[in-house]
Amino acid sequence: MSFLRACLLALLLPLLAAPALAQTAEFDALVTSLPEGSYGERGAVVGAIALTGDPRAEAVLTALLDGTLGVIEATGQVVTLTPAPADALTGAAVEGPAAKIRVNNGLRRDIRAALGILTLADPDPAKRLAAADAAFRAPDAAQYDLLDAAFAREENPAVKSRLAEARAVAILAGDFSDADKREAIDIIADRGDADAQRILTPFAASADLEIAQAATAALTAIQQSRMLWGYAQNIWYGLSLGSVLLLAAIGLAITFGVMGVINMAHGELVMLGAYTTYAVQEAIRQNAPGLFDWSLLIAAPLAFLVAGAVGVAIERGIVRHLYGRALETLLATWGVSLILQQSVRSIFGPNNREVGNPSWMSGSFDVGQMTVTWNRLWILLFALAVFAVLLFVMKRTAVGLQMRAVTQNRPMAASMGIRTNWVDALTFGLGAGIAGLAGVALSQIDNVSPNLGQSYIVDSFMVVVFGGAGNIWGTLAGAFSLGIVNKFLEPYAGAVLAKIIVLVAIILFIQKRPRGLFAVKGRAVEG
Amino acid sequence: MTSLIDRRMGIFLAGLFVLTVAVPVGNLAFEGKVVPSYIVSLLGKYLCYALLAVALDLVWGFCGILSLGHGAFFALGGYAMGMHLMREIGDRGVYANPNLPDFMVFLSWKELPWFWHGFDNFWFASLMVMLVPGALAFLFGWFAFRSRVTGVYLSIITQAMTYALQLAFFRNEMGFGGNNGLTDFKDVLGFPLQSDSTRAGLFVCTATALAAGLLIARAITTSKLGMILVCIRDAESRTRFMGYRVEGYKLFIFVVSAMMAGVAGALYTPQVGIINPGEFSPANSIEIVIWVALGGRGTLVGAALGAILVALAKTLFTGWFPEFWLFALGGLFILVTLFLPKGVLGLIEDTFARKKKPAPALQEAKA
Repeated sequence: MSFLRACLLALLLPLLAAPALAQTAEFDALVTSLPEGSYGERGAVVGAIALTGDPRAEAVLTALLDGTLGVIEATGQVVTLTPAPADALTGAAVEGPAAKIRVNNGLRRDIRAALGILTLADPDPAKRLAAADAAFRAPDAAQYDLLDAAFAREENPAVKSRLAEARAVAILAGDFSDADKREAIDIIADRGDADAQRILTPFAASADLEIAQAATAALTAIQQSRMLWGYAQNIWYGLSLGSVLLLAAIGLAITFGVMGVINMAHGELVMLGAYTTYAVQEAIRQNAPGLFDWSLLIAAPLAFLVAGAVGVAIERGIVRHLYGRALETLLATWGVSLILQQSVRSIFGPNNREVGNPSWMSGSFDVGQMTVTWNRLWILLFALAVFAVLLFVMKRTAVGLQMRAVTQNRPMAASMGIRTNWVDALTFGLGAGIAGLAGVALSQIDNVSPNLGQSYIVDSFMVVVFGGAGNIWGTLAGAFSLGIVNKFLEPYAGAVLAKIIVLVAIILFIQKRPRGLFAVKGRAVEG
Repeated sequence: MTSLIDRRMGIFLAGLFVLTVAVPVGNLAFEGKVVPSYIVSLLGKYLCYALLAVALDLVWGFCGILSLGHGAFFALGGYAMGMHLMREIGDRGVYANPNLPDFMVFLSWKELPWFWHGFDNFWFASLMVMLVPGALAFLFGWFAFRSRVTGVYLSIITQAMTYALQLAFFRNEMGFGGNNGLTDFKDVLGFPLQSDSTRAGLFVCTATALAAGLLIARAITTSKLGMILVCIRDAESRTRFMGYRVEGYKLFIFVVSAMMAGVAGALYTPQVGIINPGEFSPANSIEIVIWVALGGRGTLVGAALGAILVALAKTLFTGWFPEFWLFALGGLFILVTLFLPKGVLGLIEDTFARKKKPAPALQEAKA
């Protein structure tokens, strides 16, 4: 009997790419032969079933794995036992006593591998890619034929290259010529990631000198490429953190740097922006769920207006009376920050509020070996856009000109007919409004809670002080350099220690440049 | 030459003396406890705050250094004392380990870290209570004042300093109990901390320390050194051009103030029964500033009064309407800076002065 089955298999395997009719017949024959033979032989049949690509294969194999595939002893008909006995090939109901087809652990492993391979024939390229990945991670020489066949058949280039890698892994695991193995090592080395490193490491100690050399060389190359990608990932994380710092600090750079006012309520203005986003999303959820993807675009101008209005109110109500007394503004605005915090806590409650990501901000994509999340990317772009607009407003518009004039020489500006009071309120409002915009962005990556502002205020001040007050380019440089330095320190020192080191470094840096990286003279910064 | 004890200092010290006698007597001498025990600890805590406020007033009111990191010196003093109290627990902890405090056993540490050695001696701990904050202040001030970091910049980096320390002390690896800090103290110098007589004793110690702190601060500020400090506050570059080494004076007063804050922290820990990294939070340090501003900057006595008033208000408000405490505190910050530049004490004295003024004016007119 087993001789017959072997012949059958030998006949059938080359038929893989044959027309559908032949495929169906082949599948039927294979399934019918399932109850017979040793476990090892049945393992081979299972693999062959998977490779037929027949749409019924998955159901049959899953049933076999679950122990719900049986055979009617009298006729040899293979049946599924649940929910009611039915022919495994046609699905027609059957009668009669059926015996379960037994599986052991070895066979179960074969079935699982076969199920993994099964998707290699799936019409969806993403599923084929996942199957190739699975085969790559679990090297098995037995899968070589299956992978090779799938590789020959594959047309999608991305899947094909992944299949080549999986096939190479199978070659390394199996009994192949040295030349084949060296070629396989090259293919895996090109992949250059942690998986490739894990797979190649044992071969560096191979008894075969040539293979060991090839593997060692490949490992060195992988290490270098991983190091470079590691740097790239760190720089990306750093840029991402920097963009958050930039958003949080840039409004401060205007009020502190340009006006010389220490606004301790700045963090709370950021928080107001985040809560505005929350409120807008709630309104949209209740009234127009279809607009959800637009919620951030709607929230941004509103957050700017809300925070800006509060900013103007703070300036007119308090800060106006304290110009030239920087330390007193610090105290008074700290009071404002406490009041804003408690107001938000009283209105929205002390707990974190859920702010959803629109679809275009969720998910991630890979660049080489690094992962880029969409929300971080958008926040980076948003921060740069805000920076560009601010730069434009300051340098190219009449309002910006007046702001700079008042900053540099208030009495002169006043005698030229500039309404300095009005400009002060506007400048403060602009800084506050940008804080609100920062809140919109932060709501996407951080908890929206009454403490949101507190967690950024010290960092923001550090950025402004480091970059140099009164210069928004300094803020840009400060934010990104602090972000990147932080992320490069983290792997060695841990997140908290990295932050401490950066703080200490800034304290030391101020020794050398008490006015920051890009020092510009501003009004009343002396304090 | 101004006298060491002027009228306002005299009134305050007299009041403090009455309190120092009345509170322990009221707590201990009568059967019915005229003063409940928890009030003794609460008042003791206020007096610690008062001493801390005096320390800040010394640098801010008289030398113009607005430190937003004085909570750090306070907390360091508190931790130094806390370490001693931890060592005094001995094998009475939950894990009954005679050599290691509970949290170290919990983290399965095998040995006492080197910086914990010596803290089993009270005299060593008392020394560290002043030396550690003093050393930090010296190091920090030496860097900051030498490179002429002033005003707002100085305030911000002092804030960064306390923030960095807070982050550091939150770490379990630091060896200071991490998030939970140091707590579960049993006794000090053999006296059980829970007993009324120990509480009363600590209260008297705190009152004495406050009185001493006030007198030392007063002695410094009425001396020639104090005059120079005020000169630096009002016109730093002019003072420098007159030949004074401004950095030296600033450094001196900063270190003295930090030590005073350390002592306040050391007295605070046994009375409150816990010291944790929350004490390093920038918000705490900023609150100290409002005590001084409210009481009257540059008046010493006012700073102490301000601390007691705000702490009292906090206790009452958080008891009555917890929701509104931050509104009240925030409003206080705004109102005091806008309308009371000299603080409550300044307001009171101005009112008195206005009532008295007409008299000499009339005499002048007659003459």
